[in-house]
Amino acid sequence: MRQTSLRLRAGIVSLGILLIFGLAWHLAVSGSGPTQQMDPEYAKLMGQTAVQGKSAMPGPLDVLVKIWSHLKEPFYDRGPNDKGIGIQLAYSIGRVLLGYGLAMLVALPLGFLIGMSPLMARALDPFIQIMKPVSPLAWMPLALYTIKDSSISSIFVIFICSLWPMLINTAFGVSSVRKEWLNVARTLEVGPFRRAFTVILPAAAPTIVTGMRISIGIAWLVIVAAEMLVGGTGIGYFVWNEWNNLSITNVITSILVIGLVGMILDQALARVARAVSFPE
Amino acid sequence: MAIFRNPFDHRFRLSSKGCSCGQHGSEAEHAAAAADGLAASSDETLRLRRSVENAVMRALFPVDEQRRNFLKVVGASTAYAAINTLFPIAAATDVLAQGAPLEKKDLKVGFIPITCATPIIMAAPMGFYSKQGLNVEVIKTAGWAVIRDKTLNKEYDAAHMLSPMPLAISMGVGSNAIPYTMPAVENINGQAITLAMKHKDKRDPKSWKGFKFAVPFDYSMHNYLLRYYLAEAGLDPDTDVQIRSVPPPEMVANLRADNIDGFLAPDPVNQRAVFDGVGFIHMLSKEIWDGHPCCAFAASKEFVTTYPNTYSALLKAIIEATAFATKTENRKQIAEAIAPPNYLNQPVTVVEQVLTGTYADGLGQIKRDAKRIDFDPFPWESFAVWILTQMKRWGQIKGDVDYAGVAKQVFLATDATRLMKEAGLTPPTTTTKTFSVMGKVFDPAKPEEYIASFPIKRI
Repeated sequence: MRQTSLRLRAGIVSLGILLIFGLAWHLAVSGSGPTQQMDPEYAKLMGQTAVQGKSAMPGPLDVLVKIWSHLKEPFYDRGPNDKGIGIQLAYSIGRVLLGYGLAMLVALPLGFLIGMSPLMARALDPFIQIMKPVSPLAWMPLALYTIKDSSISSIFVIFICSLWPMLINTAFGVSSVRKEWLNVARTLEVGPFRRAFTVILPAAAPTIVTGMRISIGIAWLVIVAAEMLVGGTGIGYFVWNEWNNLSITNVITSILVIGLVGMILDQALARVARAVSFPE
Repeated sequence: MAIFRNPFDHRFRLSSKGCSCGQHGSEAEHAAAAADGLAASSDETLRLRRSVENAVMRALFPVDEQRRNFLKVVGASTAYAAINTLFPIAAATDVLAQGAPLEKKDLKVGFIPITCATPIIMAAPMGFYSKQGLNVEVIKTAGWAVIRDKTLNKEYDAAHMLSPMPLAISMGVGSNAIPYTMPAVENINGQAITLAMKHKDKRDPKSWKGFKFAVPFDYSMHNYLLRYYLAEAGLDPDTDVQIRSVPPPEMVANLRADNIDGFLAPDPVNQRAVFDGVGFIHMLSKEIWDGHPCCAFAASKEFVTTYPNTYSALLKAIIEATAFATKTENRKQIAEAIAPPNYLNQPVTVVEQVLTGTYADGLGQIKRDAKRIDFDPFPWESFAVWILTQMKRWGQIKGDVDYAGVAKQVFLATDATRLMKEAGLTPPTTTTKTFSVMGKVFDPAKPEEYIASFPIKRI
């Protein structure tokens, strides 16, 4: 009972914050600045910002109207440079999942190896330490030059940025499995494969999934920047194209959409994390 | 003309004795009788198809009587269907229509969303590519470096570039040296110097010391023209002002944010700054050098040699589009075709002001200059020489330069001459000319003397 009411109250406060923010935003941009006297023929050639002193920043209502127009028609395709926001999102999510999937295929086995073998852990450590802090976008020119395909290059950038958190967390999770459990497994003469899958994996799973959750967050951050850089398709290209048109309304719309998708991806992995966690 | 008759009609004779249908004594009598017949057809594709069909039928039935009997017995449509399975008439007609078979039909051409790319862009929505049998996708690209990399990667078959870029790429300046060609200039003029509103009283370039300027790329006419203009006013472009390379879409945002004081940029960026009340047009680039080249249509030498027919068809489409854009009465229509989100993604009125040359200058005046932007595909080799002199003047290239040699290799003037004739334009008879930049005459035969004559330079 008490929890429900807390949830309810939190919801009301959230709504209140949203309303106040929306109102403040609306008031801040609705006033029109000083207007100059202009020849009507000249005024026809100018934009509203210049003629009516309208703020260049759109109001919350403009954004809502824009969002509605995108929701009404998310999958239109009017040529290679003008596709609906739904198609752009599908391209971005596709790239993220591909790059992320590849990173998983590499990071999980390699992380296991590093976690189980102190020798490999020490040997690979300097490489990981140097590569980890590199901004994934710094790889972009190199990728473009060697892979010679911009779409695969952005998938590669996603791969490289989601690799490190998964790798490090897997290694850490595997190496910190409690010694008692391993000893019990040894006394029961469990084979190495069975030990890896029935003892180590479940024990390390919460840490591994945490790494995966960090990775998907980073991957979603990076794809937008990567697509802004190479263009073509994807939500990042959409933002760039609308910026090109100085359409702040569309830019705000896509910021909201990017946030929403990022949240969904994160929540999906949060569910996985809850499923694999265990009380000690 | 017998060759344009329907050979699937048994009433017509394909041999040339008497008239073609056999009902008249001579061809002239027949023509008079059949004014509405196929002989009067002006439809080019139908005529082409007829000539293909005729060739096929003559080959199958060397004796005309046989053909006529055959058609009488089985009927024309059955005969057409039967023969079409043996010989694809439609495909053969296509091939004939294009002159030579195209090695590659689906092409990708990259462009930057600016009005310089007008011929490349408009050729897609207005059907100039499809007229040549090409299926061209024009792809919007984020910046010059990306367009260069994607063309070098072969993701793009050809691209919109700044005219100094193919020269720079061919010589390996700023990238690996790859033989590049520039078979056509896209536009001449069409750039402008735009300053922030707060500088509206500083119209004399001598008072611009300490300004921060933006140009689209290091290897651009914009950079060379701005440097030239500043140097003529006595400012050293490297020490007295700051010039940075900023992608065109970011320029207006930067001007609004007060990060830069002005830019020499391609349109629609200048007009967009005016449209949004951020800046005013100080001068058109035309006032620095009337008729200067700006952007270009470029392709790798490899593309030109591997797909000669495709290249020729593509270039023809571009040149025809350019010819169409030259006429001022077509400009409004073009503005509407290229303004939508798929292409420039700008308000139509902005693009229209650029293309028609009737524009607001940002200071309350309406200016009219029909030559604000113009289109002339001919790649003058002397343009290349001038660009090379400026590259050398500002230290982008060092040592001895084979001006005429590089110019000839990269600027393919001969191809343009041939195709311009086919498109109904009059190409010039020479490939070099002298011109003057801010009143100073440039002689392409004496590039080194030209560089030496400037007081401000980096050599």
